Amino acid sequence: MPQLKVNGRRVDYAGDPDMPLLWFLREEQGLTGVKFGCGAALCGACTVHVDGAAVRSCVTPMASVEGASVTTIEGLSDGETLHPVQEAWLEEDVAQCGYCQAGQIMAVAAFLEKTPDPTDADIDDGLTNICRCGTYHRLRKGVHRAAALRAGRAS
Amino acid sequence: MNAPIISSRRDILRYAGAAGALIIAAPLASCARRAKLEQDAPPPALEWFEGEIGPFVVINADETIVIGSPNPEMGQGVDTSLPMLVAEELEVDFDKVRMVQMPLGLKTGDDGEITWKHVPQGSGGSTSIPENWEALRRAGALARTLLVAAAAERFGVPVAELTAANGVVTHEGTGRSASYGALAQEAAAIAPPAEAPALKPRSRFRIIGKPQKMKNARAIVTGRAVYGIDATLPGMLHAVMERCPYFDGTAISVDDSAARAVDGVVDVVKVRRPPLDGPYDVQAEGYAVVATSLWAAMKGRRALRIEWDHGPYADESSESFKRHCADLLSGAGRIARHDGDFDAAFAGAAETYEATYWEPYVSHAPLEPQNALADVRADAVTIIAPTQTPSSCNRMVAAALGRERLDVKVLPTRLGGGFGRRLSNDYAVEAALISQAVAKPVKLLWTREDDLQHDFYRPAGMHELKAAFNDAGELTGWTHRLASASKYYRREGLPEDEYWTSEFWDDDFPANMTPNYRLEYFSARSGAPRGSWRAPAHTANAFVVQSFLNEIAHRRGEDPLALRLRLLGEPREIPYKNHGGPVFNPGRLAACLKLAAEKGAYGEKTPPGRGRGIAGHFTFGGYCAQVVDVEVDGDGRLKTTRVVAAVDIGSVVNPNGVIAQLESGVNDGLSTALRLAIEIEGGRVTTSNFDTYPLMKIADAPPVIETHIIDNGDAPSGMGEMGIPPLAPALAHAIFEATGKRIRTLPIADQLRA
Ligand code: FES
Ligand code: FES
Repeated sequence: MPQLKVNGRRVDYAGDPDMPLLWFLREEQGLTGVKFGCGAALCGACTVHVDGAAVRSCVTPMASVEGASVTTIEGLSDGETLHPVQEAWLEEDVAQCGYCQAGQIMAVAAFLEKTPDPTDADIDDGLTNICRCGTYHRLRKGVHRAAALRAGRAS
Repeated sequence: MNAPIISSRRDILRYAGAAGALIIAAPLASCARRAKLEQDAPPPALEWFEGEIGPFVVINADETIVIGSPNPEMGQGVDTSLPMLVAEELEVDFDKVRMVQMPLGLKTGDDGEITWKHVPQGSGGSTSIPENWEALRRAGALARTLLVAAAAERFGVPVAELTAANGVVTHEGTGRSASYGALAQEAAAIAPPAEAPALKPRSRFRIIGKPQKMKNARAIVTGRAVYGIDATLPGMLHAVMERCPYFDGTAISVDDSAARAVDGVVDVVKVRRPPLDGPYDVQAEGYAVVATSLWAAMKGRRALRIEWDHGPYADESSESFKRHCADLLSGAGRIARHDGDFDAAFAGAAETYEATYWEPYVSHAPLEPQNALADVRADAVTIIAPTQTPSSCNRMVAAALGRERLDVKVLPTRLGGGFGRRLSNDYAVEAALISQAVAKPVKLLWTREDDLQHDFYRPAGMHELKAAFNDAGELTGWTHRLASASKYYRREGLPEDEYWTSEFWDDDFPANMTPNYRLEYFSARSGAPRGSWRAPAHTANAFVVQSFLNEIAHRRGEDPLALRLRLLGEPREIPYKNHGGPVFNPGRLAACLKLAAEKGAYGEKTPPGRGRGIAGHFTFGGYCAQVVDVEVDGDGRLKTTRVVAAVDIGSVVNPNGVIAQLESGVNDGLSTALRLAIEIEGGRVTTSNFDTYPLMKIADAPPVIETHIIDNGDAPSGMGEMGIPPLAPALAHAIFEATGKRIRTLPIADQLRA
């Protein structure tokens, strides 16, 4: 039976290979932190990590993640120790309705792996998730704060 | 000792709320797997909160305090600000407080009518704080009084000798004390006093007025907050629905055989269309595919073969509607208000000005698509849904099912955005009708395309403004002629003659500031459903009125701020009978304009390619002015570099929340002004997803937003909407300063491209 890893655990999947990863995570794994916003790779609410890269799970068919390692917002923290991006989100009080934020956090976490000390221009180019509540002002501060926290933890 | 009884009672409430069903966010089938995945964390649950010490407060033996938040949280921060009001009088450490969304509470009143059980419970019109300002402080004071009374009984001392602070009641004389946790059960058994306890003076506030971070933020950043889309009930089926895309259209033929053949599909249910002349209950005729899994339902929907007739608006397009509005404006409309004689003032003026503006239909597009979970049974109905108006949800579902209102329980979840869309509960009615048809709990999910094509849009319209000035430079006449598709059409019992009442607020500036003032409305025909979009008519009207002022000032060679200040005049209270009244104080708006101007260095010269603009507006009792800075490059690329805002909403409950809402309003106003419009072709909405409805991303958001708060100690007004109206006109003004181009049509789209 095809397998994949979700938040470090091995899980089986024998269903429709065309089903988007989003629905597998939400409906079959109960990982409802992963959100549905557009279903067309346009908003980023469904962002998860597949083998460390941020992907939009609403357009990622199950067939393409066979053998892959998937991390969702539920698996981002290290037990009770939050990921620096989550921590920064609390410090800057970013969320409003909060619906986009799991996807934002997953996108930013992957972005900082590649761009550990981003400029505002890097942020403008590299982050394309939609926040309908318009939390962008704090979100930008959160990204810078997360970069600093990350650097601090690394040192 | 006492505590286990209380918590077990609460557990019963929590698990028995939905007709005896356990509500969790995980589907039952995968519970075991889920437990393995998240070893320690219990699944996030929805609770049917019920207060024990008064309606809003539960205190556990471990001293944790749970406060019920009556109004739905949609990002506007009420699940922090409302419990702050309770906690202030309750005398507890706010950090120890946990918030829970309350279910809708209704009861039969003395007159036999259905009424609120505790307080009104809706989120809309920026009313959460003003409506609860007193009521929730009283609720906190009541709970504290009961705890103190319990301590008095226990210690055998008079109440007057006891003090309550930080969750402990102390008797100074004997040094005895008892914690709230220890007193909770005794307090719950005491009858409330006949007389409402007195409230603290403002000088003794410890929580109100101090910035508090959002209470449920940790749940959000760990993916554990429960939205409507996450709720489940045991045995629940999934539904998605194909609706008629044509306004008021209907099906000619339906072939659901392929859909029914999809593995997992249980049924295909027709949902009839809404009444054509009365209020909408559902939005459109549709066919719901009900299945054991969401994916099966989605596949089934794709297999439906439906031929739709194009309905009575088949010829409508964005262009035809605009032409229709222009045609209407060439005639005579309904005079909504006329002071003095505008025509005479215009004819006799030293200077006259005219301009015409256009604003499109826009969509709410909350990021969480519409959804509702309904469980319709013979003995009770349960609706769990992201709704701004749980009471109207209850009323509409009861009416659609032919049930008693008190038989319909509604639990609003956290909302993934509202913006006015979830004042309408059509999706909950759909879910209820589908659940009734299949006699099972059903969760209905809309797609983004469903949402953008079946919204209640902000009315589109054409505005024609004229102003007259005399030799002395005084504004002697003003008229605003508006042709639009009113959101009040299809209102029960409201004649077309009154449709203007949702599109003009007839005491809005500059009403009462010029002797000859006329509002004229033209009710345009359109099939597009309309509704309340965050700050409803204020967004449209502030854009045109404030933009027109900026044009007039420029043509008179007068500074736009100076013109506004002299029109507003001295602080004084002018009657304002629209929502947000009863008075409008122009001095408070002037103070905001001056403060924003000062902090935003308005009036300083900007280098070429840059511009700075200003605007201000009074929205639902709150005053807001904004100074916007832009940069426009040689190719017409626009960058909003800074927004400086000044707000006056009377007393501030949570300054951090006020700032967040201002930032949200600025970004919402900007996003909408930049690129958003709903397009219509052939009697249907053609805009379908975020590619054709491109909500703003971070790259276009201003890197600097400053909020300056004037806290004048008056009764508070709400903050959820007033951040939007000044943005678009201040932005258009800044663009004019940078480029010399007037934006009279929204969205800006590519109007600045060379
Ligand atoms: S839901 Fe996947 S990108 Fe929007
Ligand atoms: S916080 Fe509401 S969509 Fe981002």
